[in-house]
Amino acid sequence: MKPFRSFIPSLAVMLMAASGGSGAQGVLIDRSEIRFVSKQTGGTVEGKFRKWKANVDFRPKEPARSRAEFEIELGSIDLASEETESEVRRSLWFDTAKFPVARFASSAVKDLGGDRYEIAGRLSIKGTTKDIVIPVVLKKDAAGNSVAQGQFTLNRLDFKVGEGLWADTATVANEVAVRIRMVLPPVE
Amino acid sequence: MRYTGTAVALHWLTACLIVCGFAVGLWMTGLAFGPQKLRWHAYHKWIGISVFLLTALRMTWRWRHPPPPQVPLPEWQRRAAAATHILLYALMFLIPLSGWTYSSATGVSVVYLGLFPLPDLVAKDKTLAAVLKAVHGTLNYTLLALVIVHVGAALKHHIVDRDGVLARMLPSWPRA
Repeated sequence: MKPFRSFIPSLAVMLMAASGGSGAQGVLIDRSEIRFVSKQTGGTVEGKFRKWKANVDFRPKEPARSRAEFEIELGSIDLASEETESEVRRSLWFDTAKFPVARFASSAVKDLGGDRYEIAGRLSIKGTTKDIVIPVVLKKDAAGNSVAQGQFTLNRLDFKVGEGLWADTATVANEVAVRIRMVLPPVE
Repeated sequence: MRYTGTAVALHWLTACLIVCGFAVGLWMTGLAFGPQKLRWHAYHKWIGISVFLLTALRMTWRWRHPPPPQVPLPEWQRRAAAATHILLYALMFLIPLSGWTYSSATGVSVVYLGLFPLPDLVAKDKTLAAVLKAVHGTLNYTLLALVIVHVGAALKHHIVDRDGVLARMLPSWPRA
């Protein structure tokens, strides 16, 4: 085992050495995720989106030139049951027939120091666009990939997600904690 | 010889909760999806967790205060009664546990009475959730069958045998 273990860091160094230059990075989708936690009658409900696209050009040294864009297929939501999934696709929630995707486009990336960044941008869901700020922590994994983890709170009612009989926040809370994890390969 | 007042109270309180929990469970699954359905699911879970806690309390009480001696019974009836009671106790633990695990598997955490968050017993897993849903349902219908046997036997003792077995578990209002 020992010789093998010592091999891993050197591989990582080789991969990092191979990187350099700049350009749009392909996010490693399989290892990345967009999850959320909402509150329902006091308990937490976990979910995630199965299908989404990301276009990220993250330059730690040049935050001003960094960009991040996401397109989330809302119909690909993964929730407690088929019943809840088909419910949130309906018009009172996401209305995926009319608004199939949610979009986020960054407008500014700020370096807060210590591997912490702030991505400001515009989020569009169900025909409503709002300015949001996503705090992100950046780390390197053993293979030299950059792992960006961000979390922000989204108020579902700002986007008319869960209208009418669902607007009562005692049953489903307004606040939804969105957690993003993006794994970016070393820049080629 | 009667059961202690505490044992009688715990028995009937649990019985009421089981009837309510079962009825709510049957009814809520037929509701149209909406906030009301989610709320009734929460109440159903609270009832189940209450049964679980009361059963734990009850077994502790039973261990400290053994039940009154048995009335003379044919051997098969004695065995059938013992088996039914053991199974009833087992189900009073297993049914809430299966429901709680099922809820965890669907990614919905349980907050007892809306105040006390319970840990998730398993990670979110749709395949497991489908299995647990079936298990929870089957255990409940098993409980229904056992409760019918239990109530039937109690009534038989009271009406046919007239041996005072049911009276031992009734609240101790003045009796002849």
